[in-house]
Amino acid sequence: MSALLLIEQVLNGLQFGVMLFLMAAGLTLVFGVMGLINLAHGSLYMVGAFAAAAVAAATGSFLLALAASLTAAALAGALVELAVIRRLYDRDHLDQVLATFALILIFSEGTRWLFGSFPLYLDIPDYLSGPVTLPGGIRYPLYRLALIVIGLLVAAGLFLLIARTRLGMRIRAGQSDREMIAALGVNISALYTMVFALGAALAGLAGALVGAIQSVQVGMGEPVLILAFVVIVIGGIGSVRGALIGALLVGLTDTLGGALLPSFFSLFMDPASATSVGSALASMLIYILMAGVLVVRPSGLFGRV
Amino acid sequence: MSREAVLNGVIALGLLAVPLWAWAADEPFVITLATRVAILALAGVGLNIALGLGGLVSFGHAAFFGIGGYAMGILASHAQSYEPLMEWPVLIEGTRSMPVIWLVAVVASALAALVIGALSLRTSGVYFIMITLAFAQMLYYFTISWPAYGGEDGLSIYLRNSFPGLNTLDPIQFFAICYAILLAALFFTARLAKSPFGLALAAARQNAARVEAVGIRPYRVRLVAFVISAALTGLAGALFADLNRFVSPAMFGWNISGEIMVLVILGGVARLFGPVAGAALFILLENVLGGISEYWQVFLGLLLLGVVLFARGGLVGLIAGREATHD
Repeated sequence: MSALLLIEQVLNGLQFGVMLFLMAAGLTLVFGVMGLINLAHGSLYMVGAFAAAAVAAATGSFLLALAASLTAAALAGALVELAVIRRLYDRDHLDQVLATFALILIFSEGTRWLFGSFPLYLDIPDYLSGPVTLPGGIRYPLYRLALIVIGLLVAAGLFLLIARTRLGMRIRAGQSDREMIAALGVNISALYTMVFALGAALAGLAGALVGAIQSVQVGMGEPVLILAFVVIVIGGIGSVRGALIGALLVGLTDTLGGALLPSFFSLFMDPASATSVGSALASMLIYILMAGVLVVRPSGLFGRV
Repeated sequence: MSREAVLNGVIALGLLAVPLWAWAADEPFVITLATRVAILALAGVGLNIALGLGGLVSFGHAAFFGIGGYAMGILASHAQSYEPLMEWPVLIEGTRSMPVIWLVAVVASALAALVIGALSLRTSGVYFIMITLAFAQMLYYFTISWPAYGGEDGLSIYLRNSFPGLNTLDPIQFFAICYAILLAALFFTARLAKSPFGLALAAARQNAARVEAVGIRPYRVRLVAFVISAALTGLAGALFADLNRFVSPAMFGWNISGEIMVLVILGGVARLFGPVAGAALFILLENVLGGISEYWQVFLGLLLLGVVLFARGGLVGLIAGREATHD
């Protein structure tokens, strides 16, 4: 494999990783502040993608579509938090899993009801389509490069929000002691709704951005959700920094494993079985990574022990 | 007899009476539905050992359901093509015999559970939920990308496997096999819950520190419970594959884990007959609501939400009231 191809795969891995981070950040924030495991996070990703596809089809503007994805997912998140999620904070994890599993069923089938079973398509706008030549003569799709930049900017923004603003201060306080900040007069239920909506908006944005390179369809959220779980288990649940490191690790491992393992096995196997062994192993690689991290650190890389 | 014991008897007889009626009325579809109830209930009984007795929220039992299914699929497909599974160091041939397939399914899922459990039980709470889910997903992607046994398309088995002395292609006889296994599993679970091991497991759920103080290691007790639980779910997977004569990676899907869990909850967690009641309700809803609307899962979702938020204890809890012995 040539160096150019390798660099391209690294960029693909980065792109996958930053999108996973957008998903994982919301999950880990919600768990860190409210102690809630939210399976319906993948549904919010789907809501964002469908909102973007609908608005793009109506107006033709990609920027409006992105704005719609943020708004729709944040609204759906806030609504769900007010109606269902806030009854679950002092329940055990089993109840949370079941109630949010029920939400997945409602969201998925409801979306199928509204939009039908056929996938929708979200087009990449003209100003972001086509390849771009990077230093070193690598031609890489401009849109994917834009995804990496947007993802990193959002990550930086999120870190600033958490480290430098009043809301961020409250989020950090909520992570260390929920009862205490409620006792200090912070409107804790408003804070919870806000954190949930923030996480939902990030998931919705990721759905819209990824929706433009894949198709927008019912059930698109759950595979990403499960990967986001792997990310936050590796990074340590509740840690946004862990989510970023974990997301990049998972993105790079998955992409590079899929690209490199088959050619690695072909060094000492015949091509057909090298491809099958390589791709089978590559599909399991991130879970092996997760198991490895857990053996060494049961609460993740940045988790509180 | 307590109300729950009466209810359990009614459920057990009901699950027997419906297919017998269908047999007399020549309604094979209803017999197949009852068989699905019995098989899903068996998977639920398995999960209930980990979830109800042990308090281990495994969101990855589809892993064992799928392993059981593939144990059947792989053995039967080799018998179908007359190619041995392995020639060296020992010759292993495929088989069509159900008891052999069950044994393989149970052993394979128990071994998988030993590995998955040993890793997952190092953690607890929300980590445990996500990790069990991730392991099931890992097997899902593995079966998709492993072409030897059908990959994404799965494996079709043309004939149902055989059981000595019975004609398994006759729906009522296959139902009888599944029903008998379900009853045996329920009997085993009832005994297990009252055994010293079951008491230690329940105690480890309620207060791990005290269990440790009397010299029992919670980790080991939980691991054994996880393995037993997986073995029963694996057996259900083998039967489920035999019912459909088809296995595919979908058996490892995360929604299967969710559905097994949902039927345990609908019926009532830690209730002996909870999974049976839940499976019956699940299949009933699927067919009644599914007949009314293509989007019946919306209503399943709303019902599940209602049960979780307002009616804890599920169907059995609703009818039989709270347990006499509080834990």
